[in-house]
Amino acid sequence: MSFIRRNRAAIITLAVAVLFLALGVLRGETQTVFRKAVNICMECIGLG
Amino acid sequence: MGKLRKHLRTLVQLVFAALTNGYAAGFAKGSIYKGAGKLVCVPGLNCYSCPGALGSCPIGSFQAVITSRTNKFTFYVIGFFLLFGALFGRLVCGWLCPFGLVQDLLDKIPFPKKLRRLPGDRVLKYLKYVILVGFVIVLPLTVLDIVGQGQPWFCKYICPSGTLFAGIPLIASNPPLRAALGWLFTWKTAILAALLLLSIVVYRPFCRYLCPLGAIYGLFNPVALYRFRIDAEKCTQCGACQRACKLDIPVWQTPNSPECIRCGDCRRACPHGAVCTVNPVPQHHKSNT
Repeated sequence: MSFIRRNRAAIITLAVAVLFLALGVLRGETQTVFRKAVNICMECIGLG
Repeated sequence: MGKLRKHLRTLVQLVFAALTNGYAAGFAKGSIYKGAGKLVCVPGLNCYSCPGALGSCPIGSFQAVITSRTNKFTFYVIGFFLLFGALFGRLVCGWLCPFGLVQDLLDKIPFPKKLRRLPGDRVLKYLKYVILVGFVIVLPLTVLDIVGQGQPWFCKYICPSGTLFAGIPLIASNPPLRAALGWLFTWKTAILAALLLLSIVVYRPFCRYLCPLGAIYGLFNPVALYRFRIDAEKCTQCGACQRACKLDIPVWQTPNSPECIRCGDCRRACPHGAVCTVNPVPQHHKSNT
């Protein structure tokens, strides 16, 4: 069986992943993630 | 070479944890990295407030976006879940997660009565899905403060990885943070301590029962590019794979169980080489010519 037929679900999922990542970047979600990640997350460290 | 093979997974875990948490200045100064690496999610549960973290935690990022004022859905972080899931499934848990590494190291501590599983394992293993739906999705979306903003419930009330890799190092090296300690830190430290102690008795209790990221990646195990199959012509159903599996998975029946973290113990234990990868992985001891 060919690689593509054997891994059809994974390949479709990867294509959707790329699409979602691109949509996320276009919607500016990277900046939301970035803003949260470059400041100390008080909830994460247990300070509320 | 045999010794290297035996310790290859630990080596990969250590190297990956060091690479993704390589901001040494953060540990010295009690601060965190603020560079462009934080735009990208790492595959494992790796708190972005860890002083050394060079990337973002996918579960933390997911909650950050859905609790933001602008978006209640995140294409970006789900894109990372799909990407890592489709490539590796729970191989991420077994090879690339720093909190998994900690539990693996604790499992090496001898204990007179190690348990194969906790009592109630059949039910408890579904708790991680409850935590995923409840603490990662529903509560952050629905319990809002006065300005209409949600909280990262999983990070705030459960995540032991954040306490270990971010809370403790930051509080140890940053005096103003120490002054703000309260009941929440005590609660999270208690969860962490309980899980660390339990990891000596039973293999990977957090991954098995609580981790929402493992719950997500587990769903991809049957379709990921890295997945297993049983060669029916070679398998004698002797059960050697299940006996070798620290998660007690009957690999010969369910090679792509959502619980499997792809440690590979079953493959090494099978006397007939019946546990195979669906897509061939280059192996130095075999000739494929």
